Amino acid sequence: MTPVSSKQYTDDVSLLVVLIDTNPLFWSSSAVPLSFSKFLSQVISFLNSILLLNQLNQVMVIATGLNSCGYVYDSSSGSTNHRVETLLQKLEEFVVKDEELNKDDSADEIGSSLLSGSLSMALCYIQRVFRSGSLHPQPRILCMHGSQDGPGQYVAIMNSIFSAQRSMVPIDSCVIGSQHSAFLQQASYITGGVYLKPQQLDGLFQYLTTVFATDLHSRSFLQLPKPTGVDFRASCFCHKNTIDMGYICSVCLSIFCKHHKKCSTCGSAFGQPQTSVPTSSQKRKALNLN
Amino acid sequence: MSNSGNGKRKPVNDDDDDEDEENGRDMEAWERAYADERSWESLQEDESGLLRPIDNQALHHAQYRRRLRSLSAASAASRIQKGLIRYLYLVIDLSRAAGEMDIRPSRMVVVAKQVEAFIREFFDQNPLSQIGLVTIKDGVAQCLTDLGGSPESHIKALMGKLGCSGEASLQNALELVHEQLNQIPSYGHREVIILYSALSTCDPGDVMETIQKCKSSKIRCSVIGLSAELYICKYLCQETGGLYSVALDEAHLKDLILEHAPPPPAIAEFAIANLIKMGFPQRAAEGVISICSCHKEAKFGGGYICPRCKARVCELPTECRICGLTLVSSPHLARSYHHLFPVTPFDDVAPLLLPNQHRRPKNCFGCQQSLLNPGNMPVRCVTCPKCKLFFCLDCDIYIHESLHNCPGCESLRNTNPVD
Repeated sequence: MTPVSSKQYTDDVSLLVVLIDTNPLFWSSSAVPLSFSKFLSQVISFLNSILLLNQLNQVMVIATGLNSCGYVYDSSSGSTNHRVETLLQKLEEFVVKDEELNKDDSADEIGSSLLSGSLSMALCYIQRVFRSGSLHPQPRILCMHGSQDGPGQYVAIMNSIFSAQRSMVPIDSCVIGSQHSAFLQQASYITGGVYLKPQQLDGLFQYLTTVFATDLHSRSFLQLPKPTGVDFRASCFCHKNTIDMGYICSVCLSIFCKHHKKCSTCGSAFGQPQTSVPTSSQKRKALNLN
Repeated sequence: MSNSGNGKRKPVNDDDDDEDEENGRDMEAWERAYADERSWESLQEDESGLLRPIDNQALHHAQYRRRLRSLSAASAASRIQKGLIRYLYLVIDLSRAAGEMDIRPSRMVVVAKQVEAFIREFFDQNPLSQIGLVTIKDGVAQCLTDLGGSPESHIKALMGKLGCSGEASLQNALELVHEQLNQIPSYGHREVIILYSALSTCDPGDVMETIQKCKSSKIRCSVIGLSAELYICKYLCQETGGLYSVALDEAHLKDLILEHAPPPPAIAEFAIANLIKMGFPQRAAEGVISICSCHKEAKFGGGYICPRCKARVCELPTECRICGLTLVSSPHLARSYHHLFPVTPFDDVAPLLLPNQHRRPKNCFGCQQSLLNPGNMPVRCVTCPKCKLFFCLDCDIYIHESLHNCPGCESLRNTNPVD
């Protein structure tokens, strides 16, 4: 790549990492009024318009599948011709490979895609951009997500959110499914991104270009959707109800709604010094109920 | 030109002498390389005695790996777990020795700067814990701030009181901290970090007795020395199970202080497990005027409502001033979960595995950086023992220090858990 002079790096150069949900269980269900091909055509037009806003803008696409995640497109590598063809070809290869990884016993899962995996990959890539020197575009992440939240990914998603907050990378969310996603609401709130659930998916391109296309510097001049009703209450481990007041185990931070004699996650007897240490799998299993 | 050891130069002829006098302290660039930058210090010898420049990246990675190994060895012992709810006192030595200028601008200023960074990092990693500040000045220990959970109030108090004089007294500091820490609930872990610049301690009684008192109250005392190693500090740390280290320069001091930010391995019997009652407040409705209980003034919109007494508080985590309930939100608890589920350390990959070279991927799974040098020589990389994917060294450090998720394990649905 030819070296770029510092004068060309104005403060509106951005690196956009888009996480596209390719979960076949979600796209084939009746919850979505939009077909995957129509969705893709709107997203591709949006990506092209991002690249037109500034010649130094970069776009990276990561696909979030049901059984795996993978890098699909990088605008900084390869030629400027045949962008769309390259993206579509790699996306198709990814979807085929993802389907091959289906195991028979996963039919009774609730069908959530691996958002924590693609968030982690996006953050690793963004760290590499930070390491490349003082002249780099401002990174942000856009999650185009529709599948339900998988409770087993709660800890991993929260870790990614806190790491993004520390690196000052906003996570924007565009929710395509029929239900709000509590994980993405928290992600956008904590990292300072924008959360949007478009009401008319036929006009998705319009929502994308008016809300998500602006760089971080210009956002202070725009009226973007404000975060409303982010519920930060926790749910108790015993009944999975949302609670206002609860009891926390001082050893493993498990949440209970009633007073117990013993913690079901770590096995510590309350009021007495402990004698044994719980294993990681016990704790993780208990946390999956959250 | 010959240089003697202390940098004074013997001019060989008059021309150079005139030049020196004209330039005064101005030196040629090549001269600066010897006098200021000491370029010979950046050379190292390899095994056969040949010179090579220091590979900073490899050094940094090797240091990080050593630290990770020692941490995982400590936590592998069966009865050790992490103390997540910590009550920590920071004792800052403001005696005459803190005014020494061996670290620019003075020890006290550098310590204050690093303490500020430490306080922010501490509350980031331990949102349910509390810090208090104590200073030692003129032989007397004083409580600068009480135990509290708001970083700004501690930092403001510290920056306002930076003056040093008098002697340092270890016993007075320990007595004060012991008295304060006896009042905290039994499920909390009690810790003290002493930043000691002096070379002596001027005590009213027997400091050994105080150390035994701290040991029986289960207070874990650590010391970071700024001048030299002292036997009494070493004894204190050994008795109470803390860490003693002496800083060599400012960067080393920063590393040593930040080592105390993550929860230390805690002996299981030190804190009694208990159920703590906590509230999860909801955000107050926008556009409502109410009097907030922390600033005692009317505020418009925003804030949180205590679920028990319905008082308004401005930020979380905090303790409700009216009814005393600890108020947190679920992300605060989630910040500590990575201490309970750490990422397994990655394994080094031997660089020259010729028969298996074809199996190695060309790019790091996390950041897609190339794992081959120009010339197709493999670069040092690491692999996750669970998902068997390859990562570069920088991703390894980022994953274990900040992200706490392995991208490979998270991206593959059917990885086998280790235990």
